[in-house]
Amino acid sequence: MSDHGSITEPVDRQIIAATQAGLPLAPTPYDELAERIGIGADELRERMKRMLDLGIIRRIGAVPNHYALGVSANGMSVWDVDDEAVSRLGAEVGALDFVSHCYRRPRHLPSWPYNLFAMVHGRSRPEVEEKVAEIASLLGTSSRCHEILYSTRILKKTGLRIAA
Amino acid sequence: MKHQSIDETDRKIINALQGGFPISERPYLAAADRIEISEDELIARLERLVGERVLSRFGPMYDAEKMGGAVTLCAMAVPDDRFDEVADLVNSRREVAHNYARTHDLNMWFVVASDDPADLARIIAGIEADTGLKVFDFPKEEEFFIGLRVSA
Repeated sequence: MSDHGSITEPVDRQIIAATQAGLPLAPTPYDELAERIGIGADELRERMKRMLDLGIIRRIGAVPNHYALGVSANGMSVWDVDDEAVSRLGAEVGALDFVSHCYRRPRHLPSWPYNLFAMVHGRSRPEVEEKVAEIASLLGTSSRCHEILYSTRILKKTGLRIAA
Repeated sequence: MKHQSIDETDRKIINALQGGFPISERPYLAAADRIEISEDELIARLERLVGERVLSRFGPMYDAEKMGGAVTLCAMAVPDDRFDEVADLVNSRREVAHNYARTHDLNMWFVVASDDPADLARIIAGIEADTGLKVFDFPKEEEFFIGLRVSA
Protein backbone atom coordinates (compact mmCIF):
# COMPACT_ATOMS: atom_id res chain seq x y z
CA MET A 1 0.00 0.00 0.00
CA SER A 2 0.98 3.59 -0.40
CA ASP A 3 3.05 5.47 2.12
CA HIS A 4 1.84 8.77 0.85
CA GLY A 5 -1.67 8.75 2.18
CA SER A 6 -4.45 10.25 0.19
CA ILE A 7 -4.80 13.55 -1.53
CA THR A 8 -6.72 15.69 0.83
CA GLU A 9 -6.80 18.88 -1.13
CA PRO A 10 -9.81 19.34 -3.37
CA VAL A 11 -7.72 21.38 -5.85
CA ASP A 12 -5.61 18.31 -6.61
CA ARG A 13 -8.71 16.27 -7.27
CA GLN A 14 -9.96 19.00 -9.60
CA ILE A 15 -6.68 18.81 -11.48
CA ILE A 16 -6.96 15.02 -11.73
CA ALA A 17 -10.55 15.21 -12.91
CA ALA A 18 -9.62 17.81 -15.53
CA THR A 19 -6.63 15.86 -16.91
CA GLN A 20 -7.51 12.16 -16.67
CA ALA A 21 -8.93 12.18 -20.20
CA GLY A 22 -5.85 14.02 -21.46
CA LEU A 23 -4.03 17.34 -21.59
CA PRO A 24 -5.28 20.15 -23.84
CA LEU A 25 -3.54 19.87 -27.22
CA ALA A 26 -2.60 23.53 -27.38
CA PRO A 27 0.70 25.41 -26.96
CA THR A 28 0.10 26.32 -23.29
CA PRO A 29 -1.90 23.36 -21.94
CA TYR A 30 -1.24 24.04 -18.26
CA ASP A 31 -2.36 27.66 -18.56
CA GLU A 32 -5.59 26.48 -20.17
CA LEU A 33 -6.20 23.96 -17.40
CA ALA A 34 -5.44 26.51 -14.71
CA GLU A 35 -7.93 28.92 -16.21
CA ARG A 36 -10.58 26.22 -16.41
CA ILE A 37 -10.06 25.28 -12.75
CA GLY A 38 -9.70 28.87 -11.60
CA ILE A 39 -6.18 28.80 -10.13
CA GLY A 40 -2.89 30.31 -11.26
CA ALA A 41 -0.84 28.48 -13.87
CA ASP A 42 2.22 28.43 -11.59
CA GLU A 43 0.21 26.85 -8.81
CA LEU A 44 -1.17 24.23 -11.19
CA ARG A 45 2.30 23.34 -12.45
CA GLU A 46 3.67 23.14 -8.90
CA ARG A 47 0.85 20.83 -7.84
CA MET A 48 1.36 18.58 -10.86
CA LYS A 49 5.11 18.44 -10.21
CA ARG A 50 4.41 17.47 -6.62
CA MET A 51 2.04 14.69 -7.75
CA LEU A 52 4.68 13.46 -10.19
CA ASP A 53 7.33 13.43 -7.42
CA LEU A 54 4.99 11.47 -5.14
CA GLY A 55 4.16 8.95 -7.87
CA ILE A 56 0.50 9.97 -7.86
CA ILE A 57 1.19 10.80 -11.51
CA ARG A 58 3.09 7.80 -12.87
CA ARG A 59 4.14 9.62 -16.01
CA ILE A 60 2.93 12.18 -18.53
CA GLY A 61 2.85 11.43 -22.22
CA ALA A 62 1.38 9.31 -24.97
CA VAL A 63 -0.73 6.31 -23.95
CA PRO A 64 -0.58 3.95 -26.93
CA ASN A 65 -3.49 1.81 -27.97
CA HIS A 66 -1.75 -1.55 -28.35
CA TYR A 67 -4.39 -2.90 -30.70
CA ALA A 68 -4.15 0.03 -33.11
CA LEU A 69 -0.37 -0.43 -33.23
CA GLY A 70 -0.76 -4.07 -34.20
CA VAL A 71 0.49 -5.27 -30.81
CA SER A 72 -2.69 -7.22 -30.36
CA ALA A 73 -1.52 -10.45 -28.68
CA ASN A 74 -1.58 -9.92 -24.95
CA GLY A 75 -0.49 -12.79 -22.76
CA MET A 76 -0.62 -12.74 -18.99
CA SER A 77 2.25 -15.03 -18.05
CA VAL A 78 2.03 -16.44 -14.54
CA TRP A 79 4.89 -18.14 -12.71
CA ASP A 80 5.42 -20.26 -9.60
CA VAL A 81 8.65 -18.74 -8.31
CA ASP A 82 10.56 -19.57 -5.11
CA ASP A 83 9.45 -17.19 -2.39
CA GLU A 84 13.04 -16.31 -1.46
CA ALA A 85 13.88 -15.36 -5.06
CA VAL A 86 10.68 -13.72 -6.27
CA SER A 87 11.50 -10.12 -5.29
CA ARG A 88 14.90 -10.16 -6.96
CA LEU A 89 13.71 -12.02 -10.07
CA GLY A 90 10.49 -10.01 -10.35
CA ALA A 91 12.55 -6.84 -10.68
CA GLU A 92 14.56 -8.45 -13.50
CA VAL A 93 11.43 -9.60 -15.33
CA GLY A 94 9.79 -6.19 -14.90
CA ALA A 95 12.81 -4.52 -16.49
CA LEU A 96 12.36 -6.45 -19.76
CA ASP A 97 11.10 -4.09 -22.41
CA PHE A 98 8.28 -6.35 -23.60
CA VAL A 99 6.80 -6.66 -20.10
CA SER A 100 4.28 -3.91 -19.40
CA HIS A 101 3.19 -4.91 -15.90
CA CYS A 102 4.87 -7.15 -13.36
CA TYR A 103 3.56 -7.96 -9.91
CA ARG A 104 3.92 -10.43 -7.09
CA ARG A 105 0.46 -11.66 -6.08
CA PRO A 106 -0.79 -14.35 -3.66
CA ARG A 107 -1.11 -18.03 -4.63
CA HIS A 108 -4.47 -19.78 -4.23
CA LEU A 109 -3.42 -23.37 -3.57
CA PRO A 110 -4.03 -26.00 -4.75
CA SER A 111 -5.54 -24.69 -7.98
CA TRP A 112 -3.37 -21.61 -8.47
CA PRO A 113 0.33 -22.03 -7.62
CA TYR A 114 1.49 -18.84 -9.36
CA ASN A 115 2.90 -15.86 -7.45
CA LEU A 116 4.49 -13.77 -10.23
CA PHE A 117 2.42 -12.12 -12.96
CA ALA A 118 4.09 -10.57 -16.02
CA MET A 119 2.06 -9.07 -18.87
CA VAL A 120 3.70 -9.72 -22.22
CA HIS A 121 2.72 -7.92 -25.42
CA GLY A 122 3.45 -8.98 -28.97
CA ARG A 123 2.13 -8.88 -32.50
CA SER A 124 1.15 -12.55 -32.45
CA ARG A 125 0.89 -15.47 -30.06
CA PRO A 126 4.14 -17.04 -31.38
CA GLU A 127 5.89 -13.73 -30.65
CA VAL A 128 4.45 -13.71 -27.12
CA GLU A 129 5.62 -17.31 -26.68
CA GLU A 130 9.16 -16.40 -27.74
CA LYS A 131 9.20 -13.65 -25.16
CA VAL A 132 7.80 -15.92 -22.47
CA ALA A 133 10.62 -18.36 -23.28
CA GLU A 134 13.07 -15.53 -22.56
CA ILE A 135 11.47 -15.02 -19.17
CA ALA A 136 11.64 -18.78 -18.55
CA SER A 137 15.36 -18.84 -19.21
CA LEU A 138 15.87 -15.80 -16.99
CA LEU A 139 13.99 -17.48 -14.13
CA GLY A 140 15.68 -20.86 -14.66
CA THR A 141 15.05 -23.41 -11.95
CA SER A 142 13.61 -20.79 -9.61
CA SER A 143 10.32 -21.17 -11.49
CA ARG A 144 8.61 -24.53 -11.07
CA CYS A 145 5.91 -23.99 -13.70
CA HIS A 146 4.15 -21.33 -15.70
CA GLU A 147 1.19 -20.69 -17.97
CA ILE A 148 0.12 -18.01 -20.44
CA LEU A 149 -3.41 -16.67 -20.26
CA TYR A 150 -4.34 -14.88 -23.47
CA SER A 151 -7.06 -12.28 -23.53
CA THR A 152 -9.75 -13.23 -26.00
CA ARG A 153 -12.19 -10.37 -25.44
CA ILE A 154 -12.28 -7.03 -23.67
CA LEU A 155 -15.49 -7.18 -21.64
CA LYS A 156 -15.10 -3.74 -20.07
CA LYS A 157 -12.51 -0.99 -20.13
CA THR A 158 -13.35 2.28 -18.48
CA GLY A 159 -10.11 3.06 -16.72
CA LEU A 160 -9.84 5.30 -13.77
CA ARG A 161 -12.69 7.64 -12.98
CA ILE A 162 -12.32 10.27 -10.34
CA ALA A 163 -15.00 12.79 -9.62
CA ALA A 164 -13.81 16.28 -8.73
CA MET B 1 -5.16 -1.95 -39.94
CA LYS B 2 -4.94 1.47 -38.42
CA HIS B 3 -1.21 1.33 -37.81
CA GLN B 4 -0.60 1.49 -41.55
CA SER B 5 -1.64 5.11 -41.37
CA ILE B 6 1.25 6.12 -39.14
CA ASP B 7 4.51 7.32 -40.65
CA GLU B 8 8.09 7.57 -39.38
CA THR B 9 7.47 10.87 -37.59
CA ASP B 10 4.43 9.42 -35.82
CA ARG B 11 6.58 6.48 -34.71
CA LYS B 12 9.21 8.85 -33.36
CA ILE B 13 6.55 10.73 -31.42
CA ILE B 14 5.03 7.56 -29.97
CA ASN B 15 8.38 6.04 -29.07
CA ALA B 16 9.84 9.24 -27.59
CA LEU B 17 6.83 10.57 -25.70
CA GLN B 18 5.55 7.70 -23.57
CA GLY B 19 6.77 9.58 -20.54
CA GLY B 20 8.77 12.61 -19.57
CA PHE B 21 6.45 15.22 -21.08
CA PRO B 22 7.49 18.46 -19.35
CA ILE B 23 5.50 20.50 -16.87
CA SER B 24 6.46 23.91 -18.18
CA GLU B 25 4.99 26.90 -19.95
CA ARG B 26 5.48 25.56 -23.49
CA PRO B 27 5.81 21.80 -23.04
CA TYR B 28 4.90 20.88 -26.62
CA LEU B 29 7.61 23.20 -27.87
CA ALA B 30 10.23 21.51 -25.66
CA ALA B 31 9.04 18.03 -26.66
CA ALA B 32 8.93 18.96 -30.35
CA ASP B 33 12.53 20.23 -30.20
CA ARG B 34 13.59 16.84 -28.89
CA ILE B 35 12.13 15.07 -31.91
CA GLU B 36 13.15 17.85 -34.28
CA ILE B 37 9.73 18.90 -35.53
CA SER B 38 7.80 22.11 -34.95
CA GLU B 39 5.45 22.68 -32.03
CA ASP B 40 2.49 23.08 -34.42
CA GLU B 41 3.29 19.84 -36.17
CA LEU B 42 3.59 17.92 -32.89
CA ILE B 43 0.22 19.21 -31.68
CA ALA B 44 -1.45 18.47 -35.03
CA ARG B 45 -0.02 14.95 -35.12
CA LEU B 46 -1.06 14.22 -31.53
CA GLU B 47 -4.58 15.40 -32.36
CA ARG B 48 -4.70 13.01 -35.29
CA LEU B 49 -3.18 10.08 -33.36
CA VAL B 50 -5.70 10.52 -30.55
CA GLY B 51 -8.54 11.06 -33.04
CA GLU B 52 -7.66 7.86 -34.90
CA ARG B 53 -7.30 5.98 -31.58
CA VAL B 54 -3.65 5.11 -32.25
CA LEU B 55 -3.18 6.73 -28.85
CA SER B 56 -5.79 6.13 -26.15
CA ARG B 57 -4.97 9.61 -24.89
CA PHE B 58 -2.16 12.07 -24.28
CA GLY B 59 -1.58 13.27 -20.74
CA PRO B 60 -0.89 12.17 -17.18
CA MET B 61 -1.35 8.57 -16.03
CA TYR B 62 -2.45 8.45 -12.43
CA ASP B 63 -1.81 5.77 -9.80
CA ALA B 64 -5.12 5.10 -8.08
CA GLU B 65 -3.52 3.64 -4.98
CA LYS B 66 -1.24 6.58 -4.38
CA MET B 67 -4.29 8.78 -4.68
CA GLY B 68 -5.58 6.98 -1.60
CA GLY B 69 -7.74 4.45 -3.37
CA ALA B 70 -7.35 0.71 -3.62
CA VAL B 71 -7.18 -1.69 -6.54
CA THR B 72 -7.20 -5.45 -6.79
CA LEU B 73 -7.22 -8.06 -9.55
CA CYS B 74 -9.94 -10.71 -9.37
CA ALA B 75 -10.73 -13.84 -11.33
CA MET B 76 -13.63 -16.24 -11.64
CA ALA B 77 -14.22 -19.60 -13.31
CA VAL B 78 -17.44 -18.94 -15.21
CA PRO B 79 -19.33 -21.76 -16.93
CA ASP B 80 -19.50 -21.12 -20.70
CA ASP B 81 -23.29 -21.05 -20.79
CA ARG B 82 -23.37 -18.31 -18.14
CA PHE B 83 -20.48 -16.23 -19.43
CA ASP B 84 -22.38 -13.27 -20.90
CA GLU B 85 -24.85 -13.11 -18.03
CA VAL B 86 -22.04 -13.10 -15.45
CA ALA B 87 -20.06 -10.52 -17.46
CA ASP B 88 -23.09 -8.22 -17.35
CA LEU B 89 -23.44 -8.67 -13.58
CA VAL B 90 -19.75 -7.95 -12.97
CA ASN B 91 -19.57 -5.03 -15.42
CA SER B 92 -22.68 -3.39 -13.95
CA ARG B 93 -20.63 -2.37 -10.92
CA ARG B 94 -19.00 0.97 -11.46
CA GLU B 95 -16.01 -0.13 -9.32
CA VAL B 96 -15.08 -2.71 -12.00
CA ALA B 97 -12.65 -0.82 -14.22
CA HIS B 98 -11.44 -3.49 -16.65
CA ASN B 99 -12.70 -6.96 -17.42
CA TYR B 100 -11.07 -9.43 -19.82
CA ALA B 101 -12.00 -12.91 -21.02
CA ARG B 102 -8.91 -15.12 -20.82
CA THR B 103 -7.92 -18.62 -21.86
CA HIS B 104 -7.94 -20.59 -18.59
CA ASP B 105 -10.36 -22.31 -16.20
CA LEU B 106 -10.26 -18.94 -14.47
CA ASN B 107 -11.68 -17.31 -17.59
CA MET B 108 -12.84 -13.90 -16.40
CA TRP B 109 -10.30 -11.42 -15.00
CA PHE B 110 -11.30 -8.01 -13.77
CA VAL B 111 -9.90 -5.09 -11.81
CA VAL B 112 -11.86 -3.65 -8.90
CA ALA B 113 -10.95 -0.10 -7.88
CA SER B 114 -12.40 2.10 -5.20
CA ASP B 115 -11.61 5.40 -3.53
CA ASP B 116 -12.11 3.60 -0.22
CA PRO B 117 -9.87 0.55 0.44
CA ALA B 118 -12.46 -0.88 2.83
CA ASP B 119 -14.89 -1.18 -0.09
CA LEU B 120 -13.01 -3.91 -1.94
CA ALA B 121 -14.07 -6.83 0.26
CA ARG B 122 -17.68 -5.63 0.20
CA ILE B 123 -17.67 -5.39 -3.60
CA ILE B 124 -16.10 -8.84 -4.00
CA ALA B 125 -18.64 -10.38 -1.61
CA GLY B 126 -21.39 -8.64 -3.58
CA ILE B 127 -20.18 -10.12 -6.86
CA GLU B 128 -20.08 -13.59 -5.28
CA ALA B 129 -23.65 -13.11 -4.03
CA ASP B 130 -24.86 -11.81 -7.43
CA THR B 131 -23.31 -14.63 -9.41
CA GLY B 132 -23.11 -17.58 -7.00
CA LEU B 133 -19.47 -18.00 -8.10
CA LYS B 134 -16.29 -17.82 -6.09
CA VAL B 135 -14.13 -14.76 -6.70
CA PHE B 136 -10.37 -15.32 -6.42
CA ASP B 137 -8.70 -12.16 -5.16
CA PHE B 138 -5.15 -11.38 -6.28
CA PRO B 139 -4.13 -8.17 -4.51
CA LYS B 140 -0.77 -6.85 -5.56
CA GLU B 141 1.87 -7.73 -2.94
CA GLU B 142 4.81 -6.18 -4.72
CA GLU B 143 5.07 -4.09 -7.87
CA PHE B 144 8.08 -4.30 -10.12
CA PHE B 145 9.04 -1.55 -12.52
CA ILE B 146 6.32 -0.99 -15.06
CA GLY B 147 7.74 -0.69 -18.53
CA LEU B 148 6.41 2.07 -20.70
CA ARG B 149 7.78 1.05 -24.02
CA VAL B 150 5.39 0.02 -26.71
CA SER B 151 7.42 0.36 -29.84
CA ALA B 152 5.44 1.68 -32.76
